[in-house]
Amino acid sequence: MKLYQKITLAGVLGLAAIAGADVAQAQDAAPAVSPETAYIFNTLLFLIGGFLVMFMAAGFAMLEAGLVRSKNVSMQCLKNIALYSVAGIMFWVCGYSLMYTGVDGGYIGTFSTYGFDEVGKFATGDDGAVGSYSTASDWFFQMVFVAATASIVSGTLAERIKLWPFLLFTAVLTGIMYPITGSWKWGGGWLNEMGFQDFAGSTIVHSVGGWAALAGALILGARLGKYEGGKVHPLPGSSIPLATLGTFILWLGWFGFNGASQLAMGTAADVTSVSNIFANTNLAAAGGVIAAMALTQIIYKKVDVTMALNGALAGLVSITAEPLQPGPFLAILIGAVGGVIVVVAVPLLDKLKIDDVVGAIPVHLFAGIWGTLAVPLSNSDANFGTQIVGIAAYGAFTFVVASIVWFILKMTMGIRVSKEEEMMGLDKSEVGVEAYPEFARGGSSI
Amino acid sequence: MKYIISIIKPHRLEEVRTALSAIGVEGMTVSEVKGHGRQKGHTEIYRGAEYEVSYLPKIKVELALSSKLAAKAVEAIAEAGRTGQIGDGKIFVIDLENAVRIRTGESGEEAL
Repeated sequence: MKLYQKITLAGVLGLAAIAGADVAQAQDAAPAVSPETAYIFNTLLFLIGGFLVMFMAAGFAMLEAGLVRSKNVSMQCLKNIALYSVAGIMFWVCGYSLMYTGVDGGYIGTFSTYGFDEVGKFATGDDGAVGSYSTASDWFFQMVFVAATASIVSGTLAERIKLWPFLLFTAVLTGIMYPITGSWKWGGGWLNEMGFQDFAGSTIVHSVGGWAALAGALILGARLGKYEGGKVHPLPGSSIPLATLGTFILWLGWFGFNGASQLAMGTAADVTSVSNIFANTNLAAAGGVIAAMALTQIIYKKVDVTMALNGALAGLVSITAEPLQPGPFLAILIGAVGGVIVVVAVPLLDKLKIDDVVGAIPVHLFAGIWGTLAVPLSNSDANFGTQIVGIAAYGAFTFVVASIVWFILKMTMGIRVSKEEEMMGLDKSEVGVEAYPEFARGGSSI
Repeated sequence: MKYIISIIKPHRLEEVRTALSAIGVEGMTVSEVKGHGRQKGHTEIYRGAEYEVSYLPKIKVELALSSKLAAKAVEAIAEAGRTGQIGDGKIFVIDLENAVRIRTGESGEEAL
């Protein structure tokens, strides 16, 4: 919806028309604000949404720090701040242009860096008058999304991957892979022409991260001892409080992720849409938690708090493809199905011996697919056939390219630490700084 | 003289200490330990998979007492440490050959 909607919005504002007139809720014709006022509010939405999504990087860091063993916590923290920085630079180096410049219904944009508005000036439309929003605000808002995709990969591959190969993969993912697939929809590419719908990125952001994580998990292999002797041996995380804090931070950030994906706040209709999106986003997350809790109580006779946390995130991912159109009840239901998917899929991946430390594949890939499929339930512009084409296209490209990149990294520099280093913990072997030095033997069983 | 080693549930420590003080026990050594008995720990569930917790947290209380006080102390520990559930722990009593108070050099019962 992103750029496509921006173009229509720019047209509406250029004519100084009443953008809310075609929205059912706008019964009284609201006076149109000046284009400059709209520019300010649109830009403000990008900036607020952007820093909320930026804080999701902290959410991912805390969630992952809590779900890995204490001997790998420093490494996980380092990976998260490093991947955020790699993504931030790569999306300027070539990512943004590949995704948004000169796609024109095709498969890829142009390869170049990106420039912002001159100091003291503002972005203009085709007619030279004030544009719709500042260029840098849009760049910043889109950049924090790609960082979220990279965070997803980090969680799945925790506790056994080497730092530098992971960051090289992150550079390719955030500078090339994500921008190419992102251009297909948000850059106005071929899937946008086909009518594929993904409002804030259940597929474009979350499934892409999930596919890249799945390819990595298959090529990297499971953690030592996880599936020894044909049995699943859980390796419980170091801190449930940190994982809970991380989940709450992600939940908060999601209001920026989904809400600001309305991409405009210059009219009463737009600001009402943003508000509805906030409400639906919250309802879906709550639905995901309750569903995951109920299901673990029924299956295991106890409520697994880590599943409740994953349930919140799965609910959020599920509603991300269409957070505006569903009514409240449908929003709860869409989120609840996400929660069910997590509880079913986590042990299923273990059966397949795919070791996903934080549950990122069920949360971001499976719930992302579900959310994308659920769009036609409330949005008449979407149809199941096109949604499936989109899901398959994103999956095929990302899984194949990610597998090739992981394989090349494995063959050249190696992606996995040695057995001894893995047993000692990555904090010691890769970082040299232990997260909890006062408890130096963290992670041993006695 | 007797040396008493008792393994108890962590949440009974305060009751045991109070009961020992009440009968005149003046000093004790306490450590946090892990172990298992006949039940071999227990199972927990993490993200859909069961796993065994082989070593449970326990408290080890060590006392050096005159033989007379030792008999009362064993009773006090058994009573205060008991919940009636599995895992209440055990008390071991061994003969103590000698004891020395390092500060003064006193030895035997004098040093207790």
